[in-house]
This record gives sequence, structure tokens and C-alpha cells, in this order.
Amino acid sequence: MKKKHAELAEVFNADESMTDWHDETLWWIRQKRDRSAHNIPEWEQLRQWASDIKAHTLSNLDYYLEEFERNAIANGIKVHWARDAAEHNAIIAGIIRENGVSRVVKSKSMLTEECHLNDHLKDLGIEVVDTDLGERIVQLRDEPPSHIVLPAIHLKKEEVSKTFHQKLGTELGNHDPVYLTSAARDHLRERFIEAELAITGVNFAVANTGEFVVCTNEGNADMGAHLAKVHIAAMGIEKLIPSQKHLGVFTRLLARSATGQPITAYTSHFRTPARGRAIHIVLVDNGRSRLLGQEDFRNSLKCIRCGACFNTCPVYRRSGGHSYHTAIAGPIGSILSPNLDLKANADLPFASTLCGSCSNVCPVKINIHEQLWKWRQVIADKKQFGLFKRLSMRVTATVLSSPFVYRITGRMARWVLRNWPAMINRKSINPWYKQREMPEAPKESFREWYVKNGQL
Amino acid sequence: MPSMKVGLFVPCYIDQFYPQVAIATLQLLQKLGCDVVVPLEQTCCGQPLANSGFSKLTKGCEKNFVANFAGVDYVVAPSGSCVLHIKEHLPDGKSPSLSTHIRSTIYELTEFLTDVLKVEKLEAYFPYKVGFHNSCHGQRGLGLSSMTELNMPGFSKPAMLLGMVDGIQVQLPERQDECCGFGGTFCVFEEAVSVKMGKDRIREHQSNEVDVITGCDVSCLMHLEGLLKRQGSKIRVMHIAEILNCQ
Ligand code: SF4
Repeated sequence: MKKKHAELAEVFNADESMTDWHDETLWWIRQKRDRSAHNIPEWEQLRQWASDIKAHTLSNLDYYLEEFERNAIANGIKVHWARDAAEHNAIIAGIIRENGVSRVVKSKSMLTEECHLNDHLKDLGIEVVDTDLGERIVQLRDEPPSHIVLPAIHLKKEEVSKTFHQKLGTELGNHDPVYLTSAARDHLRERFIEAELAITGVNFAVANTGEFVVCTNEGNADMGAHLAKVHIAAMGIEKLIPSQKHLGVFTRLLARSATGQPITAYTSHFRTPARGRAIHIVLVDNGRSRLLGQEDFRNSLKCIRCGACFNTCPVYRRSGGHSYHTAIAGPIGSILSPNLDLKANADLPFASTLCGSCSNVCPVKINIHEQLWKWRQVIADKKQFGLFKRLSMRVTATVLSSPFVYRITGRMARWVLRNWPAMINRKSINPWYKQREMPEAPKESFREWYVKNGQL
Repeated sequence: MPSMKVGLFVPCYIDQFYPQVAIATLQLLQKLGCDVVVPLEQTCCGQPLANSGFSKLTKGCEKNFVANFAGVDYVVAPSGSCVLHIKEHLPDGKSPSLSTHIRSTIYELTEFLTDVLKVEKLEAYFPYKVGFHNSCHGQRGLGLSSMTELNMPGFSKPAMLLGMVDGIQVQLPERQDECCGFGGTFCVFEEAVSVKMGKDRIREHQSNEVDVITGCDVSCLMHLEGLLKRQGSKIRVMHIAEILNCQ
């Protein structure tokens, strides 16, 4: 069976200094986000607008999708629809084959991660090169990204240097980030020139113009799309906004929330293919319409994948992206993943203290922590827990429902703790006690005190 | 001031393990002129079950809660987390009007003191350096203080009250409102992360050389206390009611 979040997080925590480093790096980004968000007086208003625009779009999604399709086709873009990951992969593989291509560059797409496109193409003998620096690093290591915006944030530069030495032949022990980056750049330049086809993600698709927008800092999406003859854009159906005038709200929020930058270095609009070139767009559902149909979880489709909820999440910072064992980690991933596979991801809504910081940073005001709470109810209802947990919860409920039983149990528990602590203070059976002392058990409960002293 | 009838809600684990917190809350409210009743058949708000996904099993707790607190003007508890649970999740059950009344008149202690009683001065003396821990459910859920994520003017109801205490020196940690990692059953099912979060929290207070860590939720404090004790630290934890009631 797949390892669960708690186990994987424990492994991550075994190296405490690494955990500290991960925590501090992401906290630093959260602080940059705070500074840039707090510099804009209308910040909270912007969040509200973004949330409202998304709510409106989602409740008219069929209309806007059709409008987008019409306009995109009129612009010369070829539009495809994919129900699920398998269809998405098959469509993309089909386009690659039609064009007789064997080398592909890819950039900025968590959706293709979600659909495991790389594995699919590899099986077909097609070489895919991820061109974002972070993505390329994890790809060379045969690992999934650990963060949607900062895919290699779990790695220190020493680690990257080792990987580059092994895979790209850079100097052993040279950890200089400038040296490493320029080595990656040279390596990627060659791939860009060789590539005949480029795949990118989509940040926003504009229904009334039929264009789509890709936001990057490295310019690699543009480089890929401009050099290759064919550009395939893979897009979740929730990425739509009604019209260009709404775009500014989101571009102001996106980079600030993600990294604290005022705007991404490149905000590229793709509308019409150049002469002799082709643009395809694949509109992917993969469980999204199922979320749309559930009021409790619909809001999660507002997500613009800025990653702010990751950076602020005290659990994510101390457990790392891989502990979430899904393409999209962090708080939002813990909402989206149970929708894709409830059984495999039933642990994720519990990988949270429900502190609510995620909902506060979210630029589109998704009630993330409330949705985590709601998933927990669904998971319990669908009996995704072991018998022991279900029984112990039943016993607890019985104890707490009866004042009399509650008092007796409380008294017994205090007695055991006072007189027979060894019974409870065992690290093997009591996870609390592993690294923490138990609270002291007083002789009297408050109620007992009150009955004697309270009503003088 | 006309005397108002306040039902004191003592969360189950406070009743059993931290009676001094409930005593301090009771005395403080009485000192401030409230007519405090302590329903003797109260147990638990049901939050531990609901947060674990078993909200379907909380009917008994809820029925009992409503029966105990039906006749009061306000329900007050020294726990932001339990109050938030009742406010957000107490269903209407068989007595919709009673439930609505409870949901809209239940208060965490410090918000009751500042918003309802509008306390402006306290007879309290506590000559120590105190680190304040903002508990998430109180802070973000009930809005007891401003939150660092939001672009909003700064305020803090608990800090305002602590400011009325003579001799006290209050110190916020650098990460003002980061979660301590308690999180109900999270603290046992996600032991490793929970402990790491708690350790990071106390480290900041330790570097501020505080004598006491306080807050509005005993659950967080219990977790921090467990870690402090294991480390052999001299820092004590106290609920804010104990400090506000100290003379
Ligand atoms: S849920 Fe909100 S904060 Fe998290 S990635 Fe999506 S938009 Fe950003």
C-alpha cells in the first residue's frame, strides 16, 4: 500500500535541519508575499473581485466554454476536449504522432503532471523535456515536483549540483547557483532548438477573445512555443475568465501571491497561430465537472495555482511536497486529490490543523480549511477508516453524550494518570508521549470543585 | 449595569485536566458583575468527533449542550476553538430557535470581555514577561485579533486585555500567528509534524526569554506545555483567564 502523509512526513522530519531550511525558505516567500500584498490598499477588494468573477464564470461554465471554443476556432486554434487524463494523454500523443515528431519541450503545466503525460509519452518512445529550471531538475532526478510554483524547493543547491554533475557533466562540487543555472540554460537551449513541438499550460483563457495567457518568469514557455512548429496548450476547464477586462484582477493577484513579485516577468497572450504554424488547445475535465456539481467543493475550482497556500501552510512547510503523494500537494491539493481518488487520498484532508491560514492568503478566497473539514465528513461517511478508529469514535461519542458516563470516565482517566502513569506513558502506544509529557491530572475536576466551593 | 445571566461552558478537557482555568474564568466573570451559572450536566461540544470526520456522531453531545445552555443570555467559554465549533457547526436539531440563540450568543472569554462587557480596566497584577500565543481558531475563526495574511488594521482583543494588567510585559513571537500544531487529533495522528510545529513555536518564546506562555486556548497550551516539560524548560504555560484574574 502507498505510504500515507503522516509516515512520509515523519521521514521528512528525520533530518531536522533540512526541515528547518525548507520551512524558513518558504516562510521567506510568504513574507515577500505579505509585503507586496500589503502594499496594495485595495488588496482585499481585489481578492473579492477575483472570487466573484470566478464564481460567476463557474456558474455559467458551459456558456463560457462554448464561447471560448467558438472564438478560438475563429482565431485558427484547434480545440480538443478531454474527459479524463487518459483522453488528454491520447489526444496529445495523437497530435505529436500526426506531426511525426519525436522530441518535445514542455513548460508550466501542472495539468500534464496531474495526467501523468510524461510517463505516457515516454512509453510511446517520445522524448519530453521539461524546460522550467525547477521542473528540469526534478525530471533529471526522476522525481515529481514538490510544489506547483517552486517544483524543486525541496532541494538545496548542493543536491542540484550533484544531479547536474551526474546528468549534465558539470563540475563536481561546484554549487555556485550562477554556474549551475547557466549550465542548465546551455543544456536547455539545445533542447529548444531541436524541439519540433512545444507543450505549455494555460494560466487564463479569455472567453470573449478566444485567447489564452501563460505567465512565466523564465520565458521558456515563449521560447518553446515560438521555436516549435506546433504548440499544444493543455488547460483545465476551470481556467476560463469571461473577458479581457477581468484579466488584470488576476494578473495583479497571481505573482504577488506566488512569490511577492508585482507581476510575472512574462505574461504571454496566444491568440492566432503564425503562418505555417499550428496551435492546439486541449480542454480537460478530469473530475472538474464532478467538483462543480458539489456545492461544498465547487469553490476549489477557483484556484489559480499561485501556491500561496503551500507557502503559508505550517504543515506543508514541515512535511514537504512529496509527503502528499499526489501531483498537487499542499492545502489545495488535499482538496482536489480526494476528488480524483478518494481511497488513495483519504489521508490528505487530515494533513492539516485547520488553522485557516491558507484560506486567508488565497487570492481567490477559497474556503480551503472548511473544505478540508467537509472532506473529512465525506471520508468518515464512506467508511474510509479502519475499524479501530470507527469503534473508538463511537465509544467517545457514547461517553460524551452521557454526563454521568463522562464524569466516571474522566475520574478514572485522572486516577490512572496520577497513580499508574506507566500505563499511559509508553511511547509505543501513546504518540502524544513520544516527545511530550502528559498534562498533570488534578485530584478534582472543575465540576467537583464547583459543587463543593462554587455556590457559597 | 444590569446583571446578565452568563452560562459558563467548561470544555471537557479543561474540566478534567485544567480546573484552575475554569475557576479563574468563573471568578473573573463574577468580579465583572456577571451572574454566572454553571450547568452541571455539561460535557463536550463535540468538536473532537466532528474534526475527525464524525460529525454524524455528535448528536448526543449537541442535544446535551442545548439542554444545558438553553436558559442563559450568553454562553462564555475559555476556549476559542470550542466556541468556534459551536458557532459554526451546532445544528438546529429539534430546537431550532434555541440553537440559533446559542450560536449567536456564544462567546470566547476575551471577546466577551471586550465586545459585550466592554471592559476598560482590570484589577490585575502579574509581574512577569509573558509570551502570547495566538490560537488559530480564536484568531482566524472568531477574529479575536488581526491576521498577518490579511491587509487589515492591526488589533488584538486578548492583547488589549493583557495591557490592562499591572506589571506585565507582553511579548509576541516573531511569527505572530503561526499555528502551534496541536490541531485536535492531528497532534497524535501527525505526531512528527505536530511536534516540530510546537518545538518551533516554543523556540521563539524561548529566545524572547519569557517566563510564561499564555493564550486563549488551553489545548494549544497543553501541547506546548508537554514539549516544554519534556525539554526541562522553566517556562510555564497559563491560560489568559488565570493572568487576568491574578491579583
Ligand atoms: S488554493 Fe488559492 S492560495 Fe492555493 S494555489 Fe489555489 S489560488 Fe493559490
